[in-house]
Amino acid sequence: MHRRDPRAKIAALMVFLVVLATAHRALPVLGLALVLLLSAALIWARLPLFSALARAAIVLPFSLIFAAVCWLSGDPARGFSLLLKSYLSALAVLLVVSTTPFPALLRGLETIGAPRFLLMVVQFLYRYLFVISEEAQHMTIAAASRGATVRGVMAGARFRAAAGALAVLFARSYGRAEDIHRSMLARGFQGRFQPAAALRFRATDAVFMLFASLAPVLLRATVERAL
Amino acid sequence: MMPPLIEVRGLRYCYEDGTRALNGVDFRLDRGETVALFGANGSGKTTFVLHLNGLLAGEGIVEVCGLPVNRQNIPEIRRKIGLVFQDSESQLFMPTVLEDVVFGPLNSGMSRQDAIERAQTALHTVGMSAAANKAPYHLSAGEKKRVAIAGILAMEPEILVLDEPTTSLDPPGQGALADLLVRLPQPKILATHDVPFARALCDRAVFFQGGVIAAEGPVEDIVTRFGWELALERSKLRR
Repeated sequence: MHRRDPRAKIAALMVFLVVLATAHRALPVLGLALVLLLSAALIWARLPLFSALARAAIVLPFSLIFAAVCWLSGDPARGFSLLLKSYLSALAVLLVVSTTPFPALLRGLETIGAPRFLLMVVQFLYRYLFVISEEAQHMTIAAASRGATVRGVMAGARFRAAAGALAVLFARSYGRAEDIHRSMLARGFQGRFQPAAALRFRATDAVFMLFASLAPVLLRATVERAL
Repeated sequence: MMPPLIEVRGLRYCYEDGTRALNGVDFRLDRGETVALFGANGSGKTTFVLHLNGLLAGEGIVEVCGLPVNRQNIPEIRRKIGLVFQDSESQLFMPTVLEDVVFGPLNSGMSRQDAIERAQTALHTVGMSAAANKAPYHLSAGEKKRVAIAGILAMEPEILVLDEPTTSLDPPGQGALADLLVRLPQPKILATHDVPFARALCDRAVFFQGGVIAAEGPVEDIVTRFGWELALERSKLRR
């Protein structure tokens, strides 16, 4: 699965998400079937199954709020559907992201027409997120070395210090963005990234895409016919 | 007399906040030369080098290989001048080392295959072939600097300009960088505070002060005249 063309995986993911989003009947059984399907794919991709199942739950706190609203407004089925669909979507995305190198994933998204500007933002975020978080850690250590503590300082002073640190971090990030842009221009950048390697869509990718796309469709059809 | 590779006359530049960074700089770089730009922080060195390939545009005349730096000539000039920035982290913005090094050649319209071959040659030159598929974030400061230089070499520039190249490098890293730069045949401009580094590489030095070149001459003369190396020694003597 790791070697498959990113476009094949993205297409299969899209089909999975559409099948899931438009499902209304027999949701608990269909959800279980789709969990099993994704678990099989995770095992096939040699990814840690339980770790992946746990990580996908990171979306639940967000969807839980909306599910609670649905529950309180007298529609618990919709709340359950929201939780199930958000969890399964996250698991499917996690599977694709974990089996595709990030640059290849971005290239795949670009070739199927994702907005280039959005992809550039994602690429830079991916590249510089750790740099910025490292800077934030350095600032925290610098503050701690001058006696700043989470407790024992007045809340107002803590808030001002945190706001100041955020402002400095923003200014540094802005300065870094200017430096990056200059270094891009210095190497002839004209507004568009030229991919270093072309993607090759092989026959095996087409077969994979076909089966991976058909699997959730057939599962849903089978479950809905049976129940 | 051979025409200079770089000729700058009366260059002035004022930042948007009103800071006058350059107040009439005259400079020339001849073929085969390596020149050090000395000067205190804020004296105008970086602002000056950003004018050489049109990243900043001030008043005055800047010519590279006989071409005036203007909108029409900028693509050609950016191929001729390879600018290595002070902070390699900002220069290595692509997800992998190889993708970063092919960035310039691909932008110049080269085919993917040729660009990759050129990038691999450049990585070999700087001794970083093994890191081709690594993420730049995981490299050491010295390795990042080498990859940044490879990204420039892959464009086969005629002139190399390095802004504070030894910043954040440990002494072995500085030595390795000096060895690498000595091997590169291009004329170079090094904006630096590092006197031993400049001494090892440069034929000539200019000294920036208050946005102008206050003096130029052999490296030793400039260092002695401005007490550029002795400042630290003097402070030790006072103890």
